[in-house]
Amino acid sequence: MQHVDGNAIAGPLAEFFAFDITTAVARCNGCGFVAELARAMVYTSPAGSVLRCASCEQVLATLVESDDRAWFGFSGVSAIEVRRR
Amino acid sequence: MSFITRGFSGRSHERDERLPPGQTLVHDFPVLSAGPTPEIDTAEWEFSITTETGGVHSWNWQQFMALPIDEVDTDIHCVTHWSKLGTSWRGISLDTLFENVETQYDYVMAHSYGGYTTNLALDDLLDGKAWIAFEFDGEPLDPEHGGPARLLVPHLYFWKSAKWVRGLVMMGEDEPGFWEQNGYHLHGDPWKEERYW
Ligand SMILES: [Zn+2]
Repeated sequence: MQHVDGNAIAGPLAEFFAFDITTAVARCNGCGFVAELARAMVYTSPAGSVLRCASCEQVLATLVESDDRAWFGFSGVSAIEVRRR
Repeated sequence: MSFITRGFSGRSHERDERLPPGQTLVHDFPVLSAGPTPEIDTAEWEFSITTETGGVHSWNWQQFMALPIDEVDTDIHCVTHWSKLGTSWRGISLDTLFENVETQYDYVMAHSYGGYTTNLALDDLLDGKAWIAFEFDGEPLDPEHGGPARLLVPHLYFWKSAKWVRGLVMMGEDEPGFWEQNGYHLHGDPWKEERYW
């Protein structure tokens, strides 16, 4: 199979990273609950923020911030649905 | 280690030698967590060490409390730039818990009630460097502080000192735990500022 590098999805990814978090919908890998990310429970620990499924409490996503970088982890979601403008 | 006590009239901006680079002194103790606080009754509590052969060494609360207890006075350093000096704990040394454990593996995944994990090198747990602590400042560890028992590895950043610890699983390779998968350093030495990837 031929493949090209990640630049090829730069366009669609730009659309993804410009999404409005309050309308984005994610499916929980643990229990299958589908809901807006805005409905998830957020826990703020010193190390970072953790989004948990409102149905089963599994970790959906994490956010870690340093002075010059940020890390977004989506370990508990299989896909994110965003509204197109 | 030499340390000179400075008088209260001394210049307060002089840097304390016990503070690793990039750290600031605090006197309180932030207790925020990455999830709901598990409420574990000591009657149900169990701690185990699992090796590569599948062998499990486990202790219930009664067996655990019958082991020799260490008094630990130590400084702790959080990756979010605060340090607290001279904290006092009581706990069981990992040297004691590993006494009869046979393993060829060099790494450990610590697992907690509530699902948290963090990875450690076995070398960072042995030789008087780590404990399973059940008392802080003369009081039983309350659930917000990780009670009934938490890992205490004070020479590494404090996210490695897993709250509500329930077991250690030996690993052949160093694999990232929860925060280590999401931006944090695999090792976490505060004197080398091993904060992030
Ligand atoms: Zn769920």
